Formats: sequence, C-alpha cells, structure tokens
Amino acid sequence: MLQQLGQLPMGWLLIALIAVFGSSAFFLGRVRAEKLLLAGARRMHSRPNYHGYFVAMWATVPIVLIAIAYGVFSESMTRTQLIGELPSQFGLLSEAELHSYIDAVRMAAGGAASTGADRVFTAVTNRYLEIRGMLNAGTLAVLGLLAATGTVWARGRLKSDFRARSFVERGMEMVLFLCAGVAIATTAGIVLSLLWESLQFFRVVSAWDFLTGTRWNAQTEAEFGALPLFFGTFMIALIAMVVAAPIGLFSAIFLSEYASPKARAWIKPILEILAGIPTVVYGFFALLVVAPGIRQLAIWFNEGVIRMGLASEPILAAQPTSALAAGLVMGIMVIPFVSSLSDDVINAVPQTLRDAAYALGATKSETVKQVVVPAALPGIIAALLLAVSRAIGETMIVVMAAGKSARISMDPTSDLTTITVQIVSLMTGETGFDDPKTLSAFALGLVLFAVTLLFNIVALRVVKKYREKYD
Amino acid sequence: MTDTARTLTSPEAVKRLKKRRGADVRFRWYGLGAILIALGALAVLVFSIGTQGVSAATYHVVKFDIVLDPAEIAPEGDNAPEDIARNVEGFYGLARDNLLATFPEANESRATRQQLADFLTRLAVLPTAKQVARNPELVGSRMTMTAPLNDDLDLYLKGQGVRERRINTGAVTVTAASAEGTYRVSGNLESLAAAIKVAGQDRMEDASPLSVLLTAGSATGRLTGITDGSATMEMLTGNAQQFANARPVARVVLTGEGERTVSDNQIAWVLALKDMGRINRVPRWSLLTNSDSTYPELAGGLSAIVGSLWTMLVTALVAMPIGILAAVYLEEFAPRNRVTEFIEVNINNLAAVPSIVFGLLGAALYLNFLGMPRSAPLVGGLVLALMTFPVVIIAARAALKAVPPSVRSGALAVGASQMQTVFHHVVPLAAPGILTGAILGMARALGETAPLLLIGMVAFVGDVPKGPMDESTVMPVLIFSWSNNAERAWEPLTSAMIIILLAFLLLMNGLVVFLRRKYERRW
Repeated sequence: MLQQLGQLPMGWLLIALIAVFGSSAFFLGRVRAEKLLLAGARRMHSRPNYHGYFVAMWATVPIVLIAIAYGVFSESMTRTQLIGELPSQFGLLSEAELHSYIDAVRMAAGGAASTGADRVFTAVTNRYLEIRGMLNAGTLAVLGLLAATGTVWARGRLKSDFRARSFVERGMEMVLFLCAGVAIATTAGIVLSLLWESLQFFRVVSAWDFLTGTRWNAQTEAEFGALPLFFGTFMIALIAMVVAAPIGLFSAIFLSEYASPKARAWIKPILEILAGIPTVVYGFFALLVVAPGIRQLAIWFNEGVIRMGLASEPILAAQPTSALAAGLVMGIMVIPFVSSLSDDVINAVPQTLRDAAYALGATKSETVKQVVVPAALPGIIAALLLAVSRAIGETMIVVMAAGKSARISMDPTSDLTTITVQIVSLMTGETGFDDPKTLSAFALGLVLFAVTLLFNIVALRVVKKYREKYD
Repeated sequence: MTDTARTLTSPEAVKRLKKRRGADVRFRWYGLGAILIALGALAVLVFSIGTQGVSAATYHVVKFDIVLDPAEIAPEGDNAPEDIARNVEGFYGLARDNLLATFPEANESRATRQQLADFLTRLAVLPTAKQVARNPELVGSRMTMTAPLNDDLDLYLKGQGVRERRINTGAVTVTAASAEGTYRVSGNLESLAAAIKVAGQDRMEDASPLSVLLTAGSATGRLTGITDGSATMEMLTGNAQQFANARPVARVVLTGEGERTVSDNQIAWVLALKDMGRINRVPRWSLLTNSDSTYPELAGGLSAIVGSLWTMLVTALVAMPIGILAAVYLEEFAPRNRVTEFIEVNINNLAAVPSIVFGLLGAALYLNFLGMPRSAPLVGGLVLALMTFPVVIIAARAALKAVPPSVRSGALAVGASQMQTVFHHVVPLAAPGILTGAILGMARALGETAPLLLIGMVAFVGDVPKGPMDESTVMPVLIFSWSNNAERAWEPLTSAMIIILLAFLLLMNGLVVFLRRKYERRW
C-alpha cells in the first residue's frame, strides 16, 4: 500500500489538486457572496468575484507553499531517512558510492528495469518506496486539511461589507513583488552556488595555484593551473574583436551616416539575423568550413615559406581546429552586437554637431571621424566592452572549433582551449559533485562570471559617466 | 583676389583638398566594405549549410522483392506480433539473400559477401518487421520491402563521397579473353586513356592504383591495361553481352580503392541496382519521423524535436508568467526605492550573464541540491526559464511603458482600483508587445545549447520523450552531438537538422512580425 503511494506521480497530482481546490474554493466564495446579495445586502463592498478570489487565495496559497516545499525537500528527506536506516555494512561505501547506489534505487523505484538487482537492492528499493509513500500520504493529508480549513475559515469571513477586493489586491501585489524578486533570487543563486562549489574546490587546490598555474590537466591528472585557459579565452576573444570591432563599427557608421533610408531598412534587419542564429550553428560552420579552410591556408603558407627558404620547418601548427577559426567565426557572431549598439549611439549624436562641422568646411568623413565618433565614443566603448563580454562567455563555437589542448601559444593556427570549453568538458563526464574535476568547473565559472560582470558594469559606468548631454 | 582665396587655390591647397576628398571616398568604401564582409559571411554560412542540408533532404532507398517465408519470419511458428517485430535478423536475412540472389558473384568470398551485406544495416528492416507484425496475415505472402541504402553508398550516388570522372567511350566491342572471367575491350578509348593520365599526375606515389570501371546497363567491369584502342576487362557484375549495342560509360574513380569507404564491387552493384530501378531517391521524411540512431541513414530528429517542445513548454510556463508579472510590478507598482533599484540592476546583469553560467547554476541547484533527474526537459526548461525571464521582463516593460498615461488616468477617474486599472486596461493594451517580446525570448532559448550540456541533455536518446521527466535531448544539442560523429554522412545530416532548427526559429520570428503588423498601435 505504502509502496504504491510511493509511486504516485506527485508533480501532476499536486498541480491538479491546487487547480481543483482553488476553483472549488472560488466557486464556494462566489456563491456565498451571491447569496448575501440575494438575502438583501443592498450594497456590497466588493463584487462577488472578489469574494471568490479571496476564498480561493486562502485555499491555495498554503497548499502551493507546501507543494513547493515538497518539490524542494522530498528527495533529500527520503534520502536522509533511507541512509539512516541502511544496515551497517553500507558504512563501508564512500559518500559518492552511496549516492550512486541510491540514484540507482531511485531509478528502480521509478519503474526503470534494473538489471542485476540483488535481494538487498530490492529490499532497499521497497523501503525507499515505503518512505516515499509515507511522505506522499502525509503531504496529501496536510494539503487537504489546510485547503479545507482555509476555505471554511475564509468563507466564514464573507459579509456584505467585507473588503474582499482590498485583501485580494494586497495579495496580488505581494505575488507581483515576489515575481520581481526572482531576479534577485537568481543572481543570489548563481553567486552562492558558484562560490560554494568553488570554496570546496579551493580547499583541495589553492586559489593562487589555480589562478597562476600554467599546467592544466584536469581530466587525466589533477593539475589545475588555469592560466592557459585564460590565455586561450583572451586570445580567441582578441581575434574575435579584431574582426568584429572594425567591421561592426564601420557598418554602424555606414548605416547611420551614408546609407539611404531604404538601404538601411534592408541591411539592418539582415545584419541582425547574425545575432539570431544559434551559436551551435556558428560552431558547425566553423568546424565545417572555416577550420579546414584555415588549416589549408596555413599548410600553403608553411610550404611557401619552406620553398622560399625562409624556414626549414613549418612555422604554423596548422591544426584541424584552431584559435583562428573559432575567433573569426565568433567575430562574425559579435558583429551585430557592436554595430547595432554603436548605430544607436551614433544616431543619438545631434544633427547640429554635424552641421557645424560641415559649416567649417569639413568633409563628411572628417565630420564622422572628428566630431561624430568622438561624441559617441562612450557609447561605442560600451558596445565594444559588451561585445568582449559576449565573446568571453561564448561556448559552443569554441567547444566545436577551438580544440582542447591547454597551452600558451601565440600561433593562431594551433588549437587552444578556453574557460568555457573546459567547463563543458568537465561537466559532461559522469563524475559526482565531490570530485575536484567537477568543482574546478565551478571555479572556472566563478572567474567567467566575475569577468563578464566586470565588463558589463564598466560598460554601464562608461556610458553613465562620460555620456555627453545635448539639451 | 583676396589672400584667403589665394591660399585656397594655391597648389598645396588643391593638393590637400584632393587628398581630403580621396580620404572621404576611401572612408565611404571602408563602410561599404564592412557591410559587404558581414553580409558575405552570412551568405557563405547560409550557402554552405543550405547546400549540405538540401542534399540530405533526399536519400536512396532499395527495394527488395521478398517472400515472407514463415520459417525465417516466425521461426517459432506462432506468428506472435511481438516476436515478429523483434525478429530483425529474419527480415535482414531475407533482404540479404535477395541481394545475394541478384548478384551471385558475391558468393565467391566472405569479403564480397560482407560487402554486399553492408548495403543495408540490420535495423533498416525494423519498419517492415513492425508492419508485418501489425498484419500477421502477410506472413507467407510476397511483398516489396524498401529500406534505406547504406550511408556511404548513398553519398556515392549523390556524388559526394567519392570523386570520379565519367567518360562516354562510345560503342565498344567486348570479346572473351583467354583467362576465365576476363574480356578484351576494343574501341576508341583515347579520351579515357588521356583522362587517366591526367588523373594519375597529381596522385601520391604510395596511393593505391586508380580504378577504372566500365558500365553498360546493369553490367560493370574493371578495366586494366588501357591503351588508346583496347583494354582488358574483369567483370564485376552482369554479363558481357550487355555491352553489345550499348553506350557504355567509363568511370575513373579518383580515390584509390584502399582510401575510400565503398569498394569497386559495391559501386558495380549499386549501379546495377539503380539500372534495375530498385534504387530510388526519395524525400527523407525519416529526418522528422525517426529518432536518433547510430546509423546516419536511419537517424532522425523526432526525439530531439519533441524534447525541445517539452523543454520550451516548461520554459514558457515558468518564464512568461514570472517575467510578465515582474514587469507589471516594476512598471506599475514598484515604489522608487533601494529595493526596486537593486532588482533592476539584477535584471540588467542577468540578461548579460553568459548562458553557460546558468548551466552551472542548474547543475548545482537542480541536480545536486534538489536531486532532480539528469537529462530531463523539466530541468532544462527551468534552466532556460532563468535565462529567459530577464529578457521577457525587459520586453514587457517596454511594452507597458508604451501605453499612454491617459489610459491609466481614465480608468482611475471612473473609480477603478490600481490593480483593476493595470489588469483590465493597461496589460490588455500592452499584450501584443509583451507577447512578441516573450516569443523572441523563447526563440533565443530554443537555440541555446551550452547550459543544457551541463545538465546532461547530451546523452543519446533513442526514444521519443513522453513527458517532462523523461530522458531527452533538444535540437541544438542533437546538432552538436551529430557534428561530433566522424562518418562523412553526418555532415549533410547535421546541416539538415540545422535547417529544421532554423525553420522553427523563422516560424517564431515570423509570428512576431505578424503580430506586430496586425496589432501594432501608435498612440
């Protein structure tokens, strides 16, 4: 019996119960309010619907809270209880082994066919289901009780002069505020989870060694010197910006200063398509077209140099995946970030400045170079900084086209690795959360988060502080 | 003339002016050049993926005329549907025997038999097995089974796998030579000999020798000792009579047999099957109706498409209400104080946080702390929701801001409470703008890959997920997994999958444009 209860699809059940309790409470409240009306209450403070909402609120809010608590804590509660009940032999298992054992139990409890299940395993699975069943039954009982109490109590409060609407609106405002608060919760979640896991990591590897070590070999040996990753990230972002900064900036200048309105109406959306293409598509493009092309060019370059007698050995590494390929394609991806933001700030430069420059005899390009761009410079710098932050945090292009060898090499045709590539390769393995490998990914994530945040904040500051005001 | 005029017309001044004008023109060209480079990059991207993807939109299937022998199909003799459906080996055996009957020469050695058997993979017969299992009365009857051709041969027929030059030799006479199975070909072979010479020039010395195949109808032979007037031919398939009164085609295969995935024999057989009308190029619907497979000719994106839909459903259900309600709060109710300011700073920063960081958050929070299952659309959707809701908030706030204050004043003036004003008047008026913003946010989430890799959605998923808790993958991650596969046939397939993903994105963006056109309102 308990075991069957343990297999209930609680997620769906809770949603259905909340819907059923909520709508029936609303109905009860509304009917009560209408009865009050019929009974001769000439003036009600609130319309019947608000009485319905009021009762529904009291019926659902507690059970929603309980459902959320169930979602958050049920698994860990079951686990703690189960681990406490396990026979003493299980004490021999390490923490990670115990966890994977219980994961397997949970899979089996969920109905997945378990191969090679022994008697102990079956017994543990059954016990797991029993604990779950008790928890489920308890949750459902408490939930029903609370919903019923809430409904009855709230319904009892309804009177003709009851200010149902005010209560409902105050509750509604609370909900709105909580939704806005999710933003804070998310940021806090990011910071706390990154910091927490990173601190675990820095207990094993010192932060100094991590930030300044030059040997990164997380997969095979425990070498966590992240400098080569920082170098690779920097190098690829640099290549990307060498591509994106001039192209984006000149595109913006051309679009805002030279292009006819009709050309602008066509070209701008097409350029913005570049920003809408998923990064995995760019990655595939880099892998399929750009990387082989660059490799071929590098091979030709090597052959040419050797033929001319300038060198006896190939100069360029000419590897199948290269920093240059990833950087070039990332540059293409970043162009619209530079161009559309720069375009906006260039357009914000007032026409009077241009007219003044023309009146002094400046040519159009001189006006742009010496008046418009300097006036828009804070905005342009902010756009470039935001683009750099994009390039640093970009993942798929580098995962697919930059390679995996952590090294410090100035040769752009050799493969380099980046922070994001390593995070992906560390996190896609089957390792537990207590492994320094996994934890190092969070330390890398912390660095990434801090750096991109810094760029964003600096960009906003630059705009705020140095923006010229034309009023 | 005044002094000023003289300085303006002096030779130095004219020279300087010329230089300045030159710089002006150059500057304009730089701008145009930048635009052209950006558009050119987009064009190259679209073209290279488009051509690859279109070539994968069709593929070759082979027809087998087989008798559903009960001894092979239902060896137990009970015609139980589940046994038949599971008996892939039996159906595969029938198809293989059918091929062996068509090309008896393949029986010569184990190697050639294997080469012929490679024409289709075992799992390719599964649909037929399922069909027969549904209609057990078919057992014992004759039926035409179609199954996708091996991916390497498919690429060969599409002209992608192996480079070759085709030369029409004109009529030739074929006579039996002294050794058994060899023939003497005579005719005008000058152009062929010349082509071989050209092809041989830029080959490496250690490459295996060129193959020259001569085909007429369903017969193919391998030519050796080619001179301007004659050659020796070893028959690979078919008989020599077919060369009489035919216009044979010679193929100089530019890759040596040792360096390619299809052998000369396989080329001969596949050409023969094509000549017999048993190989057809058909639209590859399996790309949309099959799930992932380790064989490119069987792989499809259905499981990933459904996984994407589940994930997007979760994302929409979480990110849209929270985002919209938060925007309503910030725009309509929030007092100007520290808390509000802090929330706004947070939202702007979240919109710029790299997506992979959200993946780390998802792994730590949902998987490690809350113990949710790996690879589930529920978790993926929740991660993407955290990423998407700042975008929704920003768009929704812009839409709410666009509603003129007179609407609010009007509602308040007739006695509506602030909540009623907002939800009865302001939000409905802003709804199209809010919706388009939300759809754009969802489109971004649909193309997102990196955070989903971190929560384990990269696993191979052979089944269509039936709910948000099932193991599944999504389209961009499938693209990523396929692009990692080594076999050549995955490349066009990956491109085709990209086109499907882009089609979904285009659909969503088209919807946005439509909504804007239909409901956009200027106040």
